[in-house]
Amino acid sequence: MGMTMTEKILAAHVGRDVVRPGEIHFVPVDCVMANDVTAPIAIEQFERTGATEVFDPERIILVPDHYVPNKDVKAAEQAKVMRAFARKHRLPFYYEVGRSCVCHCLVPEEGHVTAGDVMVGADSHSCTHGALGAFATGMGSTDVGVIFALGETWLRVPESIRCVFRGEPANPYVGGKDYILALLGKIGVAGARYRALEFCGDAIESLTMAGRFTLCNMAVEAGAKNGIVACDDTTLDYITEHPGADPHVRDDDSVAEDIFRERRPPVVHQSDPDAAYCETHEFDVTGLEPQVACPHAPSNVKLVSQVAGVRIDQAFIGSCTNGRYEDLKLAADILADHPVAPYVRLIVIPASLQDYRRCIREGLDEVFVDAGGVFSTPTCGPCLGGHMGVLASGEVCVSTSNRNFRGRMGHLDAQVYLANPAVVAASAVLGRIGSPEELHS
Amino acid sequence: MSKAFVFGDDIDTDAIIPATYLVTTDPKELGARAMAGSDQPDFAKQVAEGDVIVAGENFGCGSSREHAPLALLGAGVSCVIARSFARIFYRNSINIGLPVLECPEAVDGISAGDAVDVHLATGSVVNTTTGQKFQAQPMPEFMRDIFDAGGLVEFAKQRLQSRE
Ligand code: SF4
Repeated sequence: MGMTMTEKILAAHVGRDVVRPGEIHFVPVDCVMANDVTAPIAIEQFERTGATEVFDPERIILVPDHYVPNKDVKAAEQAKVMRAFARKHRLPFYYEVGRSCVCHCLVPEEGHVTAGDVMVGADSHSCTHGALGAFATGMGSTDVGVIFALGETWLRVPESIRCVFRGEPANPYVGGKDYILALLGKIGVAGARYRALEFCGDAIESLTMAGRFTLCNMAVEAGAKNGIVACDDTTLDYITEHPGADPHVRDDDSVAEDIFRERRPPVVHQSDPDAAYCETHEFDVTGLEPQVACPHAPSNVKLVSQVAGVRIDQAFIGSCTNGRYEDLKLAADILADHPVAPYVRLIVIPASLQDYRRCIREGLDEVFVDAGGVFSTPTCGPCLGGHMGVLASGEVCVSTSNRNFRGRMGHLDAQVYLANPAVVAASAVLGRIGSPEELHS
Repeated sequence: MSKAFVFGDDIDTDAIIPATYLVTTDPKELGARAMAGSDQPDFAKQVAEGDVIVAGENFGCGSSREHAPLALLGAGVSCVIARSFARIFYRNSINIGLPVLECPEAVDGISAGDAVDVHLATGSVVNTTTGQKFQAQPMPEFMRDIFDAGGLVEFAKQRLQSRE
């Protein structure tokens, strides 16, 4: 019997020909990441292990992204813990505010993950990186603190679910977000618990990297351990175009010193034709309409036409799900000719630093501001109700992010709808949920 | 004797501890807000040291925040019994020493306010209000090793020492 990509990556890391679902292995980790919410506990736990040195300073990526620039004293104290740890262990890949962005955009664009890697992040959406043909999963802070010390972690080999997407969407606004929402609507928030979600089919092959990141990002919304797309030419091009910079370690009293980082070559794994899957789901995306997840679960999915008319107070475009250039460009094209509706707030926050710069270069920031929205520096912001767009009681927000649990974006009585960037931009203009086509008529 | 607090399916980490309280890692401070995002927002005021949570499928789904099991520990919760757990929450709980048991029969047989006796070592759960007894699925051996070592940090300490 053959193996899935996920099984092959894990087998290669533990030095075996074969691993099977259910087995537990200690697996070396190629890249480990934590952010300002999860790193402080990870650091505390690292110190409790008694380790005096980290396993490899170049493989630890620390990203302040959730509450930055710091929103209050407590958030500032947390960021300070992370910064002090980075200094103490001379970690070259601590990304200070201004050179930082949402962790799941930063890690691939700085070249920290490549195909065939095992990546662990102290953040549930670390499954995003599976879009590069890697095994990537989210864990808690203690697991990650222990990886800082050991460089390895225990993993139970997951069973895989095969999700086949076929066809080419007739609707130009339909993309990765709609594919994953359609899947969530079908299998629910526990539909892939403990399992790997493997995305394949010609619709996935023709998807851009941004679309693949979106797809894998929300694998965890079905409870999955990881999401994965096979590495192909699109992936290899992305990896080549995003080598990342060599590290500069600057101490208080020393000048920058160049270190050349050893880059792992991508390792391409394909699932065998006779690999075992516990389930298969097939979708024809040809006639797929934009999908909207209604309050209060990402699996409470309806078609945009079924919820058109729901009045909104806020529209948020950003997050590690849909805060990349491609997403913002789609929204800007809609907003270029249409102002935001009265009494509606549009908040646009690029999640990627490179894409933030590109938006400014191409004048997208001006488009958003001219339309009546705000445009801000990369951060998670309102995605988790942290700052910069927290909702009041009874307010309704349509968002490009990934979670709409009760209380996720602010008050417990607020309501959050999740959709693709084109739908969110059109809704901001309409003052209610609606599709971009409505603006043409 | 522990009192049972009963919750439904898919209780997510925003229900257990809403994101706005994530600016601290102090279990007591977090505990005072435990379940603040759920349909029982006053949970933290009503729960007493040693009480248990009984819940449906997929308890703890959502974010990887360790603040969720920490908040429950800080609130005094001695065990969570559920039909099933979300992956990261389960892992986090074992790692930091919050007992978690999968036992669908116990979930069916325990109502809010019942007195419950849990024996972690054997996985036995007794509803002392009704007299019903249940047997939880034992924790997988590997995870019990971590739990018995006193959590993942202690386990890692031993592993580090064995490398020297
Ligand atoms: S953008 Fe939202 S989902 Fe992504 S890492 Fe930040 S808080 Fe989490």
